Amino acid sequence: MKDVREALMVGRNTEGKLVRRPISPFMLGSAYQFQMSSATSILHRITGVGLGLGTLLFTAWLVAAAAGDSAFSLVQALLASWVGLFVLFCFTLSLFYHFCNGIRHLAWDAGKGFELPAMHRSGALVIAAAIILTVAFWVIASFIG
Amino acid sequence: MSSKDPAPSIHIRRSPLGRARGLGAAKTGSHHWWVQRLSAVALLPLVLYFIVSVLMLKGAGHAAMAAYMAEPWNTVLFIALIAALFSHLDQGMQVVLEDYIRTDSTRLTVLMLVKAAIALLALASLISVLKLAFS
Repeated sequence: MKDVREALMVGRNTEGKLVRRPISPFMLGSAYQFQMSSATSILHRITGVGLGLGTLLFTAWLVAAAAGDSAFSLVQALLASWVGLFVLFCFTLSLFYHFCNGIRHLAWDAGKGFELPAMHRSGALVIAAAIILTVAFWVIASFIG
Repeated sequence: MSSKDPAPSIHIRRSPLGRARGLGAAKTGSHHWWVQRLSAVALLPLVLYFIVSVLMLKGAGHAAMAAYMAEPWNTVLFIALIAALFSHLDQGMQVVLEDYIRTDSTRLTVLMLVKAAIALLALASLISVLKLAFS
């Protein structure tokens, strides 16, 4: 093997022979039950990458505004179409989830909320908050303009 | 890695001592972690500001958008948002790609392409805000 990370998983047994150390199965899949910890973790990554794709829209919006009236009108119309609104809905849901779960991660970085009951509670709270904030955003948006 | 392989052998350019220590390059290992937290904390207020901006600019025409971006505070906050957002995206995408792409050559190539794309998006966003602010 040539991969350093794989090589780190090889050790010698008491007889001095090279053996593969046992490793845990991947966190998602048939080996484990559904867990708040792994589900919220992988959702943080998925929404993070999704928001990364969403920055294409953010940049398109700004570049169109800088380009002029006709380009900006086109982008605003595309964003207000059904497809545009669906993409924006997914974007806001991802944004609010990543925002709330990011605060959860920062709390962990500060050493708070590691106990299992606290972690389960904060995970449920993050999911609920993301949904509530997304609904609130679209309710407010529907009353504007 | 298949566990059926009966006799593992190692062919890497790394001494057994270095492998046992498992420290990697060391010394600067926490820098990436720290700047990702820094951009995350910066994004907390900036994202809230962005959400308010988006609501205020819903259905806005070009004139209203240009006038909004030309307000000094909006120019400054949008530039700060762009800086924090794209550095956070760069750091986050790097971690994800480093975790999931095992082959060195593929990982480095994809990393460079993604980082280049993010840098270009950041520059395009920044220049657009500046153009709206100064025209």
